[in-house]
Amino acid sequence: MAHIGTAKSTGTKIHSVSGDCERPGIYEYPYGTSIRRMLEDCGARDTQAVQVGGPSGVCISAFEFGRRIAFEDVPTAGAFMVFDRSRDMFEVAHNFAQFFAHESCGFCTPCRVGTTLVVKGMDKLAAGRGSRHDIDVLFELNTLMHAATHCGLGASACNPLRDTIVKFRPAYERHLKSLHFEPGFDLDAELSIARRMTGRDDPAAHLENAR
Amino acid sequence: MTVTSDGPSGGPTLFSLDGEDVEFRPGETILQAAHRTGRYIPHLCWHPEFRPHGSCRLCIVKIDGRAGAACTVQAAPGQEVESNSEQMNASRKTLLQMLFVEGNHFCPSCEKSGNCLLQATAYEMGMEGPHFEEFYPDRPVDASHPDILLDFNRCILCELCVRASRDVDGKNVFAIGGNGIGTHLLVNSESGKLVDTDMALSDRSASICPVGVILPKRRGFVIPIGERRYDVKSVAEPDNQEAS
Repeated sequence: MAHIGTAKSTGTKIHSVSGDCERPGIYEYPYGTSIRRMLEDCGARDTQAVQVGGPSGVCISAFEFGRRIAFEDVPTAGAFMVFDRSRDMFEVAHNFAQFFAHESCGFCTPCRVGTTLVVKGMDKLAAGRGSRHDIDVLFELNTLMHAATHCGLGASACNPLRDTIVKFRPAYERHLKSLHFEPGFDLDAELSIARRMTGRDDPAAHLENAR
Repeated sequence: MTVTSDGPSGGPTLFSLDGEDVEFRPGETILQAAHRTGRYIPHLCWHPEFRPHGSCRLCIVKIDGRAGAACTVQAAPGQEVESNSEQMNASRKTLLQMLFVEGNHFCPSCEKSGNCLLQATAYEMGMEGPHFEEFYPDRPVDASHPDILLDFNRCILCELCVRASRDVDGKNVFAIGGNGIGTHLLVNSESGKLVDTDMALSDRSASICPVGVILPKRRGFVIPIGERRYDVKSVAEPDNQEAS
């Protein structure tokens, strides 16, 4: 086995290939195989991203498909999830966030509360009520959870979030109501009572950004 | 770090805490040694009378650049421990804010205000607001016991009452149940009510709660606000680091 693979990663690795490809299944490759080669073999087309190593692994974007599976480059536990361009990478990360909140054992503060805060933050973005500030808060949570959790689950719970914010930021910004302010609530809707009381509904009675 | 001689050979065993040498005894954790020598590393679930739990993460420090809980990491000669730094205290503030939004903590109406370790530590860490949106969980109180009230709204899951009841009182009245954000404090009785346990006001578990969950009935506001433990002295003072 020692002559197969790379200098630091000898032998082969079994991968569970799933997602947007023609031939999902179990594949065995020597360490050092490129992600592009694996995508070609499983019949993946128009691929946007691959989640390597499962939810707590790394999200690899198209310009990185030349990277290789090995301890010295992209390590993996075996999961290889393919996402084509029809997928919204924000929704992918949103889904992973729910997975981690569900999996958290609840023992330590940063994971128990942090995974829930991440879900709530992403729910807010998904509902179209988020702002750039919310993305910054998610990033701060990622930093804290990496340093403060009791075990690796909490530490890696924000990995898909971190990778997708860095590599697929437009997918997040599409969900933002505004890039410039922080809409904790709908200000124009709050004015509806005042409009009703004054019997007005003309354009001047609405905020300029509303409607 | 300058001195690194070993204990068995006679010399002191030292680690460095924020650049200051701290002498430790064999088997001590970083937090134990710091506490014994009058230094302050913020903590909630750790108490000198009990074995460490390591769940609140308030005592997070960097040991030779790597993050760890000071209450569970054993002291070793030559360790460089970073605790009272801007970065560590910022992490602690966020952890406190997490605990505040997770439960229902209304200090002005809480009997424990001024005697509360959570509140005192939050003041010490410069927390001025919750930062995150509150969860406002629905947690009914248990007023079934004739002498003791349980207000679960304030529980921070430090597990001290579980340890006190099991290890000191030998009664196993409390347990932690559930998982994830649903993790909660339980009463070990058929009905789940405190009245159906053998808990007594004189038990250690009745006085151990660092926040306002386990309270004696009919004893409200004996010491007025303004004259309470943390009203007069900071939680960082060597003899004031425990609320219970």
